[in-house]
Amino acid sequence: MSSLRMPATDRPDGTRQGVAVALYDLRRAYGPVRALDGLTLDIAPGEFVALLGPSGCGKTTALRVLAGLEDPDTGRVEVDGRDITATPTSARDMGMVFQAYSLFPHMTARQNVEFGLQLRRIPTARRRARGAEMLDLVGLSEEAERYAHQLSGGQQQRVALARALAIEPQVLLLDEPLSALDAKVRVQLRAEIRRIQLEVGTTTLFVTHDQEEALAVADRVGVMRAGNLEQLAAPQDLYSRPATAFVADFVGLTNRLPALVEGGRAQVLGTSVPLLPGSAQRGTATVLIRPESIAVTADPAGRATVVTASFLGATGLLHTVTESGESVVAQIDNEAVSTFNPGDKVTLIPRPNPALAVAAD
Amino acid sequence: MSLRATRRRRQASFRWAVVGMIGLFFALPIFGMVEFTTRAPGGGRTLDTWATLLDFGAMDENYPELKAGLVASAGLTVLTVVIMLVMLVPTMTWVRLRLPGMRRLVEFVCLLPLTIPAIVLVVGLAPVYAWVAYFLGESSLWLAFAYVVLVLPYAYRALDAGLSAIDVKTLAEAARSLGAGWPTVMWRVILPNVRTAVLSASFLSVALVLGEFTIASLFSRDNLQVAINQLGHRDTSVAVAAALAALVLAFILLFAMSFVGARRRTHRPKES
Repeated sequence: MSSLRMPATDRPDGTRQGVAVALYDLRRAYGPVRALDGLTLDIAPGEFVALLGPSGCGKTTALRVLAGLEDPDTGRVEVDGRDITATPTSARDMGMVFQAYSLFPHMTARQNVEFGLQLRRIPTARRRARGAEMLDLVGLSEEAERYAHQLSGGQQQRVALARALAIEPQVLLLDEPLSALDAKVRVQLRAEIRRIQLEVGTTTLFVTHDQEEALAVADRVGVMRAGNLEQLAAPQDLYSRPATAFVADFVGLTNRLPALVEGGRAQVLGTSVPLLPGSAQRGTATVLIRPESIAVTADPAGRATVVTASFLGATGLLHTVTESGESVVAQIDNEAVSTFNPGDKVTLIPRPNPALAVAAD
Repeated sequence: MSLRATRRRRQASFRWAVVGMIGLFFALPIFGMVEFTTRAPGGGRTLDTWATLLDFGAMDENYPELKAGLVASAGLTVLTVVIMLVMLVPTMTWVRLRLPGMRRLVEFVCLLPLTIPAIVLVVGLAPVYAWVAYFLGESSLWLAFAYVVLVLPYAYRALDAGLSAIDVKTLAEAARSLGAGWPTVMWRVILPNVRTAVLSASFLSVALVLGEFTIASLFSRDNLQVAINQLGHRDTSVAVAAALAALVLAFILLFAMSFVGARRRTHRPKES
């Protein structure tokens, strides 16, 4: 079996296949708009990093600068310790999967996968074997002789992934490759991308605006805002320990509740909760609490009123309003949804999970 | 019979009547040309004129201006198409990739020749051609530079339709990320996907060059139409036959163009 199939951390020499990637103080402006505003990012060899953020935050620009498809105004791009800022795209040795379907329409799936190998003058037999191996990796051996228009969207993106990986790139770049697909295919394909990335061990940068996608596949997720990284952390840390109010708001649902902060704890909804590092230190503040960090009990003497109870399949959401007028969303068991009706009184108790407190709005 | 069926039958009759009238409009002059070129001197029919036209040896001897015009037009056709493609395809691709803001300007420049009468073009080009003649000689082939300007609007439209049908930017970026340089991107990715458009632009250019008279005549250069015009003063029958042959060749080219486009559409494998 080719070395491509070996997990990144299980190589005989103990090394990982991927290379380190570093972006230093990247700046890129389009007229008055600063798409990148001093972005610095380090990616470890073999790591899968996702860049997440709202439209226009600069995540795609960052990826395109790394690919060489855009030139930064200032800053440096390093791959494996080598400055490649001025290296043309064709010489960067990076595989890329695009948001738009990018298979060459006049070529079959096999020819598409072999295209990069042909450019590298790989002998025909090896090229064919490699092409077949890559199509097998993405589960499309049967579709090798089909043209792009004969493949579904998901299949086209799989072939594009196989094509990008066939050249054994130093870095794999994924520019919202799932956004054009329907929800079910998207979930299947993102799991497949992660499986393949773990198998081949290529350092990967994945750009998406879908937080669930980013949290599901990445080793670390970077949340971008206005051309810079707001926070770069493991998915669980990003979710449960957001560094800023923007990250807390952007990733998952968050309740913004007024609180009194003192001694590393906040008094919120009548309960004391511990605060995350970087929180406001004292006085009135806004505490950001996840819906699943709020316990709900039906209580005729409760100080909150149910507005709506929504069934979401695996879970349920309860929208309530407190006596002081704050809207609070709590996650509840899906089977409990039917037990709550609009107008019911409930008691809301924050769980003792660390929360972020920011200066009051 | 239902009202709908009656209406459908009337519409079909109307369609056929229109097609018939248009067919007559085109066929009558052609029939007249065929009739004229097959008249025998003492009455009856003969194919002598056509035999003369197809005998290149005899043509060279009896109608040297026609052969010279034919050769010049063949050369002009090839040169015009080559210059047009080499100039227009990379430019239009580059504008789409890197200078999308310039697209309107390029379109305006390419369509401009439509609005300029040939005589104005000749007046404008006269000083340029004085230099062309000085540096490159008096050959009729250099008319190709002027003809490229003439064919720009038609070629631009055909190529623009082809380039609009594909995602040039994404395909080029995908190819470059796989290690392709710009020549490879153009030759192996863009061109195969705009093949029909390139053929359309080429055929339109060929048809236009084969039928061009004004510029060549005003610059006193040889081409097929100028030769036919000259020949008309001496041997009308051969001149009309040559004109008809040029017309038929243009029809064949236009038919080939639509056939190539249709074949490309019908030969595509079916959707899964």
